[in-house]
Amino acid sequence: MSRIRQAFENHKAFIPFITVGDPDVATTEQVVREAVRNGADLIELGIPFSDPTAEGPVIQGGNERALRGGITTELVFELVESLRRDIDVPFVFMTYCNVVFSYGSARFMERCQKTGVDGLILPDLPFEEKDEFAKDCDKYGVDLISLIAPTSGERIAMIAKEAKGFIYLVSSLGVTGVRSRITTDLKSIVAVIRENTDIPVAIGFGISTPEQAKEMASLSDGAIVGSAIVKLLEKYGQDAPEAVGDYVAKMKAAVMDH
Amino acid sequence: MRENHTRFGIHGGQYIPETLMNAVIELEEAYEKYKADPAFNRELATLFNEYAGRPSRLYYAAKMTEDLGGAKIYLKREDLNHTGAHKINNVLGQALLAKKMGKTRLIAETGAGQHGVATATAAALMGMECVVFMGEEDTIRQALNVYRMRLLGAKVIPVKSGTATLKDAVSEAMREWTSRIEDTHYCLGSVMGPHPFPTIVRDFQAVISKEIKEQILAKEGHLPDAVIACVGGGSNAIGSFYHFIEDKDVRLIGCEAAGRGVETKETAATIATGKLGIFHGMKSYFCQDEFGQIAPVYSISAGLDYPGIGPEHAYLHDIGRAEYVAVTDEEAVCAFEYLAKTEGIIPAIESAHAISHAMRLAPTLDKDRILVITVSGRGDKDCAAIARYRGEDLHE
Repeated sequence: MSRIRQAFENHKAFIPFITVGDPDVATTEQVVREAVRNGADLIELGIPFSDPTAEGPVIQGGNERALRGGITTELVFELVESLRRDIDVPFVFMTYCNVVFSYGSARFMERCQKTGVDGLILPDLPFEEKDEFAKDCDKYGVDLISLIAPTSGERIAMIAKEAKGFIYLVSSLGVTGVRSRITTDLKSIVAVIRENTDIPVAIGFGISTPEQAKEMASLSDGAIVGSAIVKLLEKYGQDAPEAVGDYVAKMKAAVMDH
Repeated sequence: MRENHTRFGIHGGQYIPETLMNAVIELEEAYEKYKADPAFNRELATLFNEYAGRPSRLYYAAKMTEDLGGAKIYLKREDLNHTGAHKINNVLGQALLAKKMGKTRLIAETGAGQHGVATATAAALMGMECVVFMGEEDTIRQALNVYRMRLLGAKVIPVKSGTATLKDAVSEAMREWTSRIEDTHYCLGSVMGPHPFPTIVRDFQAVISKEIKEQILAKEGHLPDAVIACVGGGSNAIGSFYHFIEDKDVRLIGCEAAGRGVETKETAATIATGKLGIFHGMKSYFCQDEFGQIAPVYSISAGLDYPGIGPEHAYLHDIGRAEYVAVTDEEAVCAFEYLAKTEGIIPAIESAHAISHAMRLAPTLDKDRILVITVSGRGDKDCAAIARYRGEDLHE
């Protein structure tokens, strides 16, 4: 069983998103360790991009801080290598096409395999363009994660049938960021996904409170939280690991309690 | 990489969030339907001719020709269009299409403000709501255009993220589109972004080369030796080139903004300094660093201050059909002043990049050769900035 599959086995998953290098790599390393220690089931690691078009202001800010701090793709791989020595939870990269394309698709996936990255999320890579990277992902055993959106409609079946790892279900229209309410009919989208695949479904975008996480986990197999964590990084900087750990513990308890 | 109808060679494609996929598919279907619809085309032709003032003139620049002492120079006067630039061609087409699709709201990005003004104009004409995203830096460089857009009823949102210029305005407009799709059409201003935008915008701008061809044949009886236009995303250039692509003897020359020089970091010359990448929905050439971070480009011209180039230009470059040259701020400003003094025409600083290259090229050619330069816009908007560049403390 793959590490990703394992993360969803027998319980709902809580998935924190962390921008690597915000504000520096040493802090990220501590944040990841705290998140894992407090029950994170899978870690989404953001490789910063200069122009993250799917992100709201909070994660844009995280990307900017990290790039100002000198983060590079090379340093991100070095961090994963170091974390992988003693951490077993799956790591999934979240970045933009140009970061991978520029590094070289095959070279990037090979490094993922060697350092222990299990999956890759590219929000600017829809189903129609996945051949750009899918062959290299398959060759090096990296799951190319598919996103499904509230607007996907009749595309859901097509996407779900070929999905790998887990499905990232986008909760709402728009970009990433905290929302007070999520109004999409996620239940019927999940139902269509279930008809077409047996891989897990996790919901992300707009989730920040334990109540929301609990509700989203009850509709699917897990909840993904990004902006709320990046906000803690923005607020506490190098002192963020403890705050993130406490937050993860609270959110994990909420999803387990569905 | 596969070649298909969404691409120009390896370039183009649809690298966008899943949230937008059905919107671009719907747009493509609507465009395929209406582009073949005689009633739609009649309506658009009427808007072009009666409202925008087409066809635009192909003017023989006798004084410039004589002064440079080489090839005959013709200016394609897109600056004389309503709203003062070629941007209106694309906007009238897209706004009409959006209206047919039942959309009631237009959003747009703008650099120099010309596309924003054109979109605000079309929205006013067609009774649509309009929101324009403009880099904060550009709202300062082009304050008059900000006022124009507001006067026309549009809301202008200054974009503070990133470098606060055109690329950030595009990113913000894309973000806005993912949050409101149902009633909103993203009226993209250049031949860039995901398919079908590069094709749609090119088709609406192709009226430029269609007219040039008819006009030059009527005046000279044969095709020009070269067509020259400035390139940011590349919409006036592709419009000027399109109907000549099959005429292999016509040189097609795109002029990029070199800013302070292609050897410096303060440049926006994508073909000269960029490499293949994926950004803003398309595969093409982009100015970027070794890890694929998009470069903070620079040009005196807000309209050319973009780190990428449209996918069809990237393709024309790959196959060697079009040539791309770089023109510095200083050269463009000299051309801006030259055309004003020589022909009594103040070109947009964007268009002045094309004028500058023609000034280099014309004297090297025989007098029986013909150059057509597209003056994509008028330069009123640039006067204060150029005065400041020359050290005059002039503010709008």
